[in-house]
Amino acid sequence: MIRIDNVSILLGGFSIESLNLDIKKNEFVMVVGPSGAGKTLMLEAIAGLQRINRGRIYISGRDVTELTPEKRKVALVYQDYALFPHFTINENIRYGLRFNPHCDESYFSHLVDLLKLRNLLQRFPETLSGGEQQRVALARSLILNPDLLLLDEPLSALDPVFREEIQDYLKLLHKEGNTIIMVTHDFGEVLSLGERVAVINDGRLHQIGKVEDVFYHPLDRTVAGFVGMKNILQCYFSEGYFFNDKGLQFRTDHSSNSHEYSFIGVRPEDIQIFPSDPGDGFENIFKGAVRSVHTKGLVFEVIVEVGETILIAHLLASAMMDMHINRGDRVFLGIKARGVHLF
Amino acid sequence: MLSNVYFREKWFSLLMGSFLIAYVVIPLGGMYLRADWNIVLKTAADPEVISVLWRSIWTAAAATGVIAIFGTPLAYFLARNEFKGKSILEAIIDIPIMVPHTVAGIAVLMTISPKSPIGSFLVSIGLEPVNSSLGIVMACIFVSIPFYVDSARDSFASVSPRLEKASRLLGASMLYTFFHVSLPLARKGIYSGLIMSWARAVSEFGAVIIIAYHPMVAPTLIYDRFATFGLKYSTPIAVQLITICLVMFMFLRLLAAGRVKAPRGGIILDKD
Repeated sequence: MIRIDNVSILLGGFSIESLNLDIKKNEFVMVVGPSGAGKTLMLEAIAGLQRINRGRIYISGRDVTELTPEKRKVALVYQDYALFPHFTINENIRYGLRFNPHCDESYFSHLVDLLKLRNLLQRFPETLSGGEQQRVALARSLILNPDLLLLDEPLSALDPVFREEIQDYLKLLHKEGNTIIMVTHDFGEVLSLGERVAVINDGRLHQIGKVEDVFYHPLDRTVAGFVGMKNILQCYFSEGYFFNDKGLQFRTDHSSNSHEYSFIGVRPEDIQIFPSDPGDGFENIFKGAVRSVHTKGLVFEVIVEVGETILIAHLLASAMMDMHINRGDRVFLGIKARGVHLF
Repeated sequence: MLSNVYFREKWFSLLMGSFLIAYVVIPLGGMYLRADWNIVLKTAADPEVISVLWRSIWTAAAATGVIAIFGTPLAYFLARNEFKGKSILEAIIDIPIMVPHTVAGIAVLMTISPKSPIGSFLVSIGLEPVNSSLGIVMACIFVSIPFYVDSARDSFASVSPRLEKASRLLGASMLYTFFHVSLPLARKGIYSGLIMSWARAVSEFGAVIIIAYHPMVAPTLIYDRFATFGLKYSTPIAVQLITICLVMFMFLRLLAAGRVKAPRGGIILDKD
């Protein structure tokens, strides 16, 4: 239903190169990538706010490449909500109806109730919380019944409480039949919301697929780093094992065509730490020394030297308290074969 | 203790700053105190004075109107676009602030005098560019441009382009977006630019007398009375002009502030 066909954009020193993307009706697609990867640029190009240098964009079978923004039936909700400060919430939500009078009153009522905005209608945006403003921005966009809803980091500017609330609303809106493309830099949001995910970096699409597929089978280093594989080691295959360049030996679930791969990736949460040899239960057991320990909220990041290889493991605060791990301690690391990913 | 330090700093800065406030208030206030009110009342009824004051007001307003019509698109363009030579363009707009006003008058006169191509064109269509109200308006436009354009530009720049994009996506045309989003949100700076521009024009003397000593505007008449009859007879008109200006100034400022606040109660634009 949405087809982005070989689209290229050049803007100053910034570019998107030959982007291809197909999105079905009522899909919830996440576009993820670091800041400056070209995500917002891509959304604005789909919406018609940004000229494209090459390629075509099709929405619901229509070629919209040459259409102005207002004719595309695309809604875009910004991270900073972009509500009109001089209009009430009621006027904000109804703004689009001035140009599309065919939209009916019952849908307005439906949206206002769905997004719990009834009590806010007479207020001005300035007096609303971030979460409330985001809900207004969603209602304002959806009232025109767009073919496609684009969300530009809708959760980034919100407090954690509102973040969860808006996630629930987004799920609700998706259930109502909306087709959504949402941009984010946080893979955590992808895990809780998306059906499919596209990873973009430096203006290039690195991988697109079902969230689980991308999460477990990243195709390259960039994607692996983005889905949280902090341990990425260059490796080669020999006699049934993978070896990294420092000679460390890894056992994996993969056996066929293993010569194709040149990196292994391990998530820090898939590495368990033990004070003594855990024995059975792990296909990979390494002995090492703790180099440093950092706190990341309620998770501790433990950096361990195994020979010349550095491995990063995550430990919950409670486990950390029990084990009293300090710098210089000798520890054992256990990694299951299925925790070792190849790409 | 901390509050004590804060208190002292506050009063120190106020004390230092009050020198400049006094610098404005004492001379102007002194004029009211020392004016001969019999003569003030008499000149207030003088038809010549009345017509001169009225000419001052409307020529300044006309100049401001012309600047608003051409200056608003220019200000918007400057606020929304980055390009090579932008600073040069902005410097050109600010030149009238720096040029001595008599020089500004001479420059405008050379451009619109009947001997020049533009001046002869104006004459050919029946207009009289020199020694006329038209000439006064043209002189005022020159000196007032930067006051409006700079203020409007800064104001437009403070309106997030995302609001305009949001409006476009909701179906509004570019023009509708400009008049219903950009312009209303920039109105504070626009009103203030209009006021400053009008105030500059109504007080212009140097550029005006080069182009039109007659018909007179208030500053010219005040100078004329001062040169002919002395301080005693120029002060009353000065008092009247200042009174009119102050009243207009306060009225417009209130209007500007009120427009933002009154009809919609509590908008962000006007927190103070």
